[in-house]
Amino acid sequence: MTLSYLLRRIGYGLLLMLGVVILNFFLIRLAPGDPAVVIAGEMGGATEEMLESIREEYGLNKPIFTQLWIYVSGIATGNLGESFFFNQPVSKLIGLRIWPTILLVITAQILSISIGVFMGVIAARKPNGILSGIVSIFATIGYAVPVFWTGIMLIILFASVIPIFPVEGMQSVKLRDAGFVVKTLDIAHHLVLPAFTLAIIYLAQYARLSRASMLEVLGSDYIRTARAKGASEVSVLFKHALRNAALPILTVAGLQFGNLISGALLVETVFNWPGMGRLAFDSILRRDYPTILGVLFFASAMVVVANIITDISYRWADPRLRRKS
Amino acid sequence: MSVMTRLMGAAAIAASFTMAAPMVHAEGGTLVIASTQVPRHLNGAVQSGIATAIPSTQIFASPIRYDENWEPQPYLASSWSIADDGMSVTLNLVQNATFHDGKPVTSEDVAFSIMTTKENHPFKSMFAPVETIDTPDAHTVVINLSKPHPALLLALSPALAPVLPKHIYGDGQDAKSHPANSAPVGSGPFMLEEFTPGEAVVMKKNPTFFMDGRPKLDEIIIRIIKDPSALLIAMENGEADMYPFMAGSQEIKRMEKADNIGVTTDGYAAVGPLNWLAFNMASPKLSDVRVRQAIAYAVDREFITKALHRGVSTAQRGPIIESSPFFDETIPAYDVDLDKANALMAEAGFADGMELTIDYIPGPKEQQQSVAEYMKSQLKKIGIAITVRAAPDFPTWAGRVGGHDFELSMDVVFNWGDPVIGVHRTYLSDNIKKGVIWSNTQQYKNAKVDELLNAAAVELDQGKRAALYAEFQQTVATDLPVYWINALPYHTAYDKKLQNVPSGIWGTMHPMDMVEWGE
Repeated sequence: MTLSYLLRRIGYGLLLMLGVVILNFFLIRLAPGDPAVVIAGEMGGATEEMLESIREEYGLNKPIFTQLWIYVSGIATGNLGESFFFNQPVSKLIGLRIWPTILLVITAQILSISIGVFMGVIAARKPNGILSGIVSIFATIGYAVPVFWTGIMLIILFASVIPIFPVEGMQSVKLRDAGFVVKTLDIAHHLVLPAFTLAIIYLAQYARLSRASMLEVLGSDYIRTARAKGASEVSVLFKHALRNAALPILTVAGLQFGNLISGALLVETVFNWPGMGRLAFDSILRRDYPTILGVLFFASAMVVVANIITDISYRWADPRLRRKS
Repeated sequence: MSVMTRLMGAAAIAASFTMAAPMVHAEGGTLVIASTQVPRHLNGAVQSGIATAIPSTQIFASPIRYDENWEPQPYLASSWSIADDGMSVTLNLVQNATFHDGKPVTSEDVAFSIMTTKENHPFKSMFAPVETIDTPDAHTVVINLSKPHPALLLALSPALAPVLPKHIYGDGQDAKSHPANSAPVGSGPFMLEEFTPGEAVVMKKNPTFFMDGRPKLDEIIIRIIKDPSALLIAMENGEADMYPFMAGSQEIKRMEKADNIGVTTDGYAAVGPLNWLAFNMASPKLSDVRVRQAIAYAVDREFITKALHRGVSTAQRGPIIESSPFFDETIPAYDVDLDKANALMAEAGFADGMELTIDYIPGPKEQQQSVAEYMKSQLKKIGIAITVRAAPDFPTWAGRVGGHDFELSMDVVFNWGDPVIGVHRTYLSDNIKKGVIWSNTQQYKNAKVDELLNAAAVELDQGKRAALYAEFQQTVATDLPVYWINALPYHTAYDKKLQNVPSGIWGTMHPMDMVEWGE
């Protein structure tokens, strides 16, 4: 891995983010509805003068390319603009929401990779066994079921049948003055259902992928050699085979990160999780252009960073790629 | 042990902590209000609506407050007097009121607040007649009017006239986007502790509140839970203690069944939430009053309220809510009569029927979409083929209706206490403003109605004023620019241990300084 390679990847990432900003800027404006009317609606109505004053205040009466220039140059100086709805800097709103989203997405990613790969490895050990069949069925169902449906079913299950997990929010308001440990456990308790819901679809994908990848690797000469040398089954599976089977999993993990973030939008909405996804969803309904663009900008930044990390991990996991570069 | 097993274990531990942890509020206790409404900010002087009014009325005091009998009561003004000619109102302020930052509340603050509200609040009619305000001393305010204004006292309620600190808001910045709107300093019973946009508002007891022995609670937390189902679960689990402005029949029935939860309809008299069907009178098909009346005779309000709303809503016959002292009981009801409806259609030249499109404001399905679908089937019986046009979100619907691009549209409109504030705006012909939602979007013009409303706006004699509004209601109930369907069935669900649950005309849009926890 050379520095120039890394800088090139970051450069591509920045260009991609600029493209995302410009594309989204125009796409959002294609939606019907005037943000000034929405603000007036929220205020309980407005006069024509007030509507004009709102348009003036937010620059909505300027030509669209002027608005784009103001927005892009604002981003270049670190200013994401002010929310039309909340009258607060978008960066402040995102600052409040980004950590819950990162917590949810990272937890779901860890859950899906660890459980999915474990299931895939177990299934690959005896490809025609019962366990393999169960994993395959679970993977197919997990992949086929929409994430919002899973969420709603879990809410019904855990709200009325087995009420052991909270079904909305990130923490209990009545514990807001509690100590660090209690608050942390409270957040972990609230995280269970949304994280599992978000993880389940990707968990199924990783299970299928790692099963297929492991099956291929387990037929290799070096696995036979390892077994011949008397290596334990755990060592053969998780040390010799899995490391070689991990490359496609790593690739998919990087690519899936963007999907995880878009999945978080639905999961956050279903579970009232106070993250960026819900902020984006509400902002779209309110035509709060700066907030939508700010959230999409951060989401694209997260995807770019995740892809760069994937590239780095890929090269770390495969010595052949390191030698090539 | 698998990761999942460990996770379940950790969650179970967390659950036990949640259940075992002592309630962290001290004496006086915490009230958690759950709401589906998201406040833009917390300053009710420049913003109307439930979402802002609930926290704003806790943080800011106002000159006057109202009891459940529509009687004005002292608040920041210990007394007041109205000049014989009605051209001025004098407020005598209490001497011991201070803002949360310790500065005294003076007549300058009250004068500044009324003028700021007049300038920036969307309800222009509230303070439109206010010309000047004199402050002869620190605790006397004289409001000078261009014409008598009987709605003035109601407009000085906490929900409509928060008293702002001039030393903060008088810095020359635009009040509508002032940074203090999200971190307000008021003189009300509770002080802002934390405002997380779209999530929560946390307010602590004001220890120097000017009314002795109040507030009773230590803390009020407003939690935003946009999904009503999740909100109900929070109520059932004790995560939330009060759910105001609940309107869904399923929600109401479910809350009524819960052992520890009480449900009341009290507290919405001044809000006056009406669900109606507006006619675009500029449309050639709807400009004939006989067509509008035919539609009214074809629709059965009783079916809507009893069947679609499962008996939780009430039929609404006119533009003024039935709980208002100005409601006229004698206005025509248009009881369902399909023969009469068909005859009216024939008389209007539409014996062969017509096609119409109906829009509805995005909202609870049973209040909007279900009613629109019912109308589609019902109006088919008088030869009207209805196309129901759903809007994916509020901006789309508001663009259509505000832009007069509709034929029939269902909407929810509030009376806001006095007809001058919430009723006039949708019937006065000089308020036909294209692009402006909740103006006279049906484009109704009747010189007699204009005359009646303008006369009622300045009539100080309550009896004569009621007579003017009675005539107005009779006239519009005949003209039918709007077909009023039902009063929105707002209910408040609350933990039964709570005492003095807000029941005044403004409900939770009123200082909750007497609410307290009982045994």
